[in-house]
Amino acid sequence: MVGNPGNDAEPLLEMRGIDKSFAGVHALKGVDLTLQKGQVLALLGENGAGKSTLIKVLGGAHLADSGSIAIEGRAARISDPHASQAAGVSIIYQEFNLIPALSVRENIFLGRENANFGFVRKSGEYEQSKELFARIGLDIDPDARCEELTVAQQQTVEIAKAISVRARIIVMDEPSAALTGQEVEKLFEIVRDLKAQGIGIIYISHRLEEIFRIADRVMVLRDGEQVGTRDIGDIDHDKLVEMMVGRKLENEFPARTPELGDVRLEADRLNRGRAVRDVSFSVRAGEILALTGLVGAGRTETARLIFGADERDSGEISLDGRALNVRNPRDAIANRICRLTEDRKTQGLVLGHSVRRNFGLPNLSRFSRLGFVDQSVEKSRFEQFVATMRIKVPDSETLAENLSGGNQQKLVLAKWLENDCDVIIFDEPTRGIDVGAKYEIYLLMNELAARGKAVIMISSELPEVLGMSDRIIVMHEGAITGEITDVAGATQERIMHLAIGSGTK
Amino acid sequence: MNEPSTAKNMMRRFMSDYGMIVGLLALCLYYSFATITTEYPEGDQAVRQVADKVLNMRRGDGVVIVVGRDDADKKGTAFVAGTVKALQAGGMTNIEQIVGQPADLRKAIDRVKDSGGKVSAIATTRWVSQWGLIEHLDNKFPEMGDITVVVPEGFTRSRFLQMENIRNVATSNVVIAIIAIGMTFVIITGGIDLSVGSLIAMSAMTAAYCVVEFAGARSAGAGAFTICMFAGILACALVGFLNGLMVTRFSIPPFVVTLAMMLVARGMAFIIGQGELKYQLPNSIVWLGQGADLLGIPNTLVLMVLLYAAAHIMMSRTVLGRYIYAVGGNAEAARLSGVPVKRVILFCYVMCGALAGLGGVIRMSILKSGSPRYGEMAELYIIAAVVVGGTSLSGGKGKIFGTLIGVLIISVIQNGMNLTDVESYTQKVVLGLVILGAVLLDSVRGGKGVQGLARLITAKRSETGSR
Repeated sequence: MVGNPGNDAEPLLEMRGIDKSFAGVHALKGVDLTLQKGQVLALLGENGAGKSTLIKVLGGAHLADSGSIAIEGRAARISDPHASQAAGVSIIYQEFNLIPALSVRENIFLGRENANFGFVRKSGEYEQSKELFARIGLDIDPDARCEELTVAQQQTVEIAKAISVRARIIVMDEPSAALTGQEVEKLFEIVRDLKAQGIGIIYISHRLEEIFRIADRVMVLRDGEQVGTRDIGDIDHDKLVEMMVGRKLENEFPARTPELGDVRLEADRLNRGRAVRDVSFSVRAGEILALTGLVGAGRTETARLIFGADERDSGEISLDGRALNVRNPRDAIANRICRLTEDRKTQGLVLGHSVRRNFGLPNLSRFSRLGFVDQSVEKSRFEQFVATMRIKVPDSETLAENLSGGNQQKLVLAKWLENDCDVIIFDEPTRGIDVGAKYEIYLLMNELAARGKAVIMISSELPEVLGMSDRIIVMHEGAITGEITDVAGATQERIMHLAIGSGTK
Repeated sequence: MNEPSTAKNMMRRFMSDYGMIVGLLALCLYYSFATITTEYPEGDQAVRQVADKVLNMRRGDGVVIVVGRDDADKKGTAFVAGTVKALQAGGMTNIEQIVGQPADLRKAIDRVKDSGGKVSAIATTRWVSQWGLIEHLDNKFPEMGDITVVVPEGFTRSRFLQMENIRNVATSNVVIAIIAIGMTFVIITGGIDLSVGSLIAMSAMTAAYCVVEFAGARSAGAGAFTICMFAGILACALVGFLNGLMVTRFSIPPFVVTLAMMLVARGMAFIIGQGELKYQLPNSIVWLGQGADLLGIPNTLVLMVLLYAAAHIMMSRTVLGRYIYAVGGNAEAARLSGVPVKRVILFCYVMCGALAGLGGVIRMSILKSGSPRYGEMAELYIIAAVVVGGTSLSGGKGKIFGTLIGVLIISVIQNGMNLTDVESYTQKVVLGLVILGAVLLDSVRGGKGVQGLARLITAKRSETGSR
């Protein structure tokens, strides 16, 4: 996969000296990017390195302060998303741009409906949608409403939509984050197919192994600056990580010796519709329990039952041997159970509010006296977390929406760590997070376990599951299909077998 | 942490929270100048001024003629009598006084001329000085030489800036201002309450009904009618509770719930009084609405300021305030952070209802009667004030004092248009456009001027897409 098919020709896309600042944050410092026809360019960098900003400049969501963009040698003025689309750029953002109440078909053809005299030709659109999904190798009903789809299916609809507009440049921002292994393979097939058609692809991912499999060139950003661009053949895994974090990283997972205590949390035959069926398990003090399985296996749903976010049909939850009557998240928090959501934007943060207020929200009972919030305590506590967790934020009044994805995740972490719970549920804690920040989060999890907390980690990343946990529970279609106590001797294959429901044990 | 930019950031935050204060000041400045007029003293002031001037002249021994017009309100008569008295008190004797028409003055001058005397001055009012005879004295009586005409001097003043007018601006919308506090709570949670206008009437009617039926009508004691007022407020708080219950337990959109309750409450107001006014109230009941016990400041204004201060502290300093903002900003994230979302929303609707009840009771006290027609359309002015004050209808953002500024902006515009004789129909058009302008300005400011406006227009699509 070394070599660039169109290297001698005019570049498909050339971005020169792109500069962009937000209130107090210099997000991009004169970045150059070149993409050839039929090339897959991987864009790498830690969270907050400027990847998303660069992509949003290309997509017309942000206007660059300076710099130029040329497509096939001609200067392109990308002032808004329409101009970007018209220039042949299609962007699949990390946050879906689908309208939940509309059908898959309507979403795919939104804004360019296949119509006769204003009347939509539904059957035509239906067939085309079917074709698109056939190409991706997935079976999604084009008439299903998007809100009924799983996260993975929604992502697929996004990809189908981008493919359908016949873009010359397709940008994929973390396309595989919500996909299962099988789906990722299909995604790669599509990417290779697009390459063959001469389409240039900018591929953003934190999964380095994917990049080595699919990318032709890789470009690394750090703190808004370009660290370098290399052919994929000229670089290896360690070198790439070093470029990203600016230092050598010894181990991906920090070592620790677990000291298990008594059983803290126990779930007994939890049930909720078809999503969670007879789920029973327990977590000990000082233990990291991994809850894994494919997307939609019921892991998150189980966590939501324990946290009181959803009502359970039946089942008991007990903490330190005493039965809990958790009816809502407030009860759970009062019983020192907390949960970091997988979706920080819609569930984890109040985006329009300041980072300090977000940090304080679950902790106000400790920051207040007689109902009055002591803002100076709140602020100083928050600043401690900013320092120790290295959250990049201009000041404590910055709005949460102005933070990069990784820093948002750190903010969510900070607000729950301050809460000092006994049982902590991490739901996909490292999704969309770079290598350096991942390591910091792993260290935090280890520290929490060492302090005698019970940690439940929901994760789809098998290396993470194997590298971090003391015990693994695998779920499939709402039920537990297996438990692995000998983590050191477990393999990814064994977990996968359990996850797809073909496990023997 | 970026320390040097803190002052600048604070300024920017202040402007984004309270930017409409600039609009309010601009309006005040505009009307201060637009209402400048020249006025002339009347009555005692005019008498004193004219008399002083004449006494200071003391030129020779000519006759001083004091002239006043013979008009229906006897102002001219009073002026002449007063001035003559003042001049005599100053030792002047040679005075001729006339109350009548220009012809009378001509005769008087002729009389002096015939007797060979001189007229040293004519002291008169502003009205009389405009008689053709006086303006052309030189032509008509060239032989009399130079006759000084003494009139009160005109002075310019801004009618807007008069103490009485400012007091008027501050108190004219006090009921709306008080209810707007509750509306701000509700709107910050992402809701709306359309029932408040009807609640004004329901509260006033409930309280007045109780006074008339149970407290002895005109002879009701202060304690008794205070209890009746609380009954009115309580009834409205109950309606607010129902609103909140419908919104939280049954997830009915607030617009629909409160629209229905708007009709119910209005109907109840008519049913309570069987469609009639309740005016058999004791005189002392106007204490709240018309009294001014603290340094001459109206009681309603004192109450309003206290309520705003309390609401501001609640929203900016307490846990409850934080929760209200969080619920409006992202209800699900708030719930998952342990915020009792439903109780918070319920609280806001109850407060909004209770404050509407208080508003109704105040109106009853101001007008000393209860009417089922009170507060018609008030909900719209209240919502407008909240929105003009910078609170976002989508929830999560807004400031209590912003709402007060919003109320004042509306009051100043209404008052200014009255002073500059703008017709009431035109006033409605202007107010409507101001509300639209305020909201537009707010959304533009959110994204830095023109660039922000452009982004606002282009980004709308992708924003709605990501919801």
